[in-house]
Amino acid sequence: MSDPIPFRPYAPGSQPSLDTPDYVTTRKRHPLRAPIKIPHTVTETTGPVFSQTHFPPSVDLTINTTGQKALGERIVVAGTILDEDGRPVPHTMVEVWQANATGRYDHPGDQHDAPLDPNFHGAGRVYTDANGRYRIVTIRPGAYPWPNHHNAWRPTHIHFSYFGPAFASRLVTQMYFPGDPLLAFDPIFNAIPDTRARDRLIAAFDMDITEADYALGYRFDVVLRGRGATPMEA
Amino acid sequence: MGIATASQTIGPYWHLIEDKDWADLTRFGATGDKIVLTGTIFDGDGKPCPDTCVEIWQSDPPTSDTFPGFGRANSDATGTFRLTTIKPGPVAGLGNAQQAPHIAICLLGRGLMAGLVTRAYFAGDPLNATDPLLSSIEDPALRGTLIAVADGPGVWRLDIRLQGDGETVFLDV
Ligand SMILES: [Fe+2]
Repeated sequence: MSDPIPFRPYAPGSQPSLDTPDYVTTRKRHPLRAPIKIPHTVTETTGPVFSQTHFPPSVDLTINTTGQKALGERIVVAGTILDEDGRPVPHTMVEVWQANATGRYDHPGDQHDAPLDPNFHGAGRVYTDANGRYRIVTIRPGAYPWPNHHNAWRPTHIHFSYFGPAFASRLVTQMYFPGDPLLAFDPIFNAIPDTRARDRLIAAFDMDITEADYALGYRFDVVLRGRGATPMEA
Repeated sequence: MGIATASQTIGPYWHLIEDKDWADLTRFGATGDKIVLTGTIFDGDGKPCPDTCVEIWQSDPPTSDTFPGFGRANSDATGTFRLTTIKPGPVAGLGNAQQAPHIAICLLGRGLMAGLVTRAYFAGDPLNATDPLLSSIEDPALRGTLIAVADGPGVWRLDIRLQGDGETVFLDV
């Protein structure tokens, strides 16, 4: 059997450092030793394929708990998932979770003094279509404070999780909103060295995704790792 | 050509881990050598990390309607995770090499800007001696951070230290 085609290394500056002291929790959680670079084997170049029977989609976060409508500004988030060679990533699971419109997570661990919305839980799961496209309906989340430093506030964001074709293409990230003044102060967003890579996490307002008399639309396109043409050097 | 989107911390991952079923990879009826993979995650102060998301992937046995190959568990208040799966067999390495049975692990969590990748091998497996990754690590103490130890019938324990004394070997994949 021939060797699997490895995934390409990440582009320099495109990924945040694990050692990001401004994000205080990283100080005691980042490894001190450099990771061992390993050539990709079948362990890294294959990954889970989720059956929609076992893992059913839930596209609309505004009605996914009680059947009643959630409070807040309804939005549509849609986009395309491509690999680094521009090929769509079809039929892959996208997980999404977020705070409600007041900036509160429906979770016992969230003690922020902002009201819960009984009709908004804030979690969903969708799959890309054959062309790598996905779409969710949700509520624009609120900003919320966090204990990182004095007067620390997370910019408005939605958490996203992607799988792609392999263990090596796994990605967990956050989508931000255009024009958010909190972005400049956020150590998590600013941990990404390359400003262009940072800016690609900011969704774009999109009139084509906006639905008349229904919801504003935002485009959030994502790129997962592509496979290299030549085997990675061990 | 595009550039892969940046990772951001999973945060305290409030909702991602709510479905506790994901910790049992045998829940769809998989048969085989059922095992528990458990361990405790420690930070650089030696304190347990109670809010880590532990994901595992194994290419053996092959995924099927009854076996997803992928699982996810949170670490609890004591920093301990617990996953139930089918013990993998050996898998192909590069060239003619064979890899010892192992499970790939990705840790996501608050304070982790990206996933931390490591592996769990199984103590006592005769193939460990010729596994390409294990045999590339000369220091037995470092190598040992990748090897789960038997901790009761069918239970394998791999503690993970993120930083400092006994720091786990992490992999750049
Ligand atoms: Fe968040």
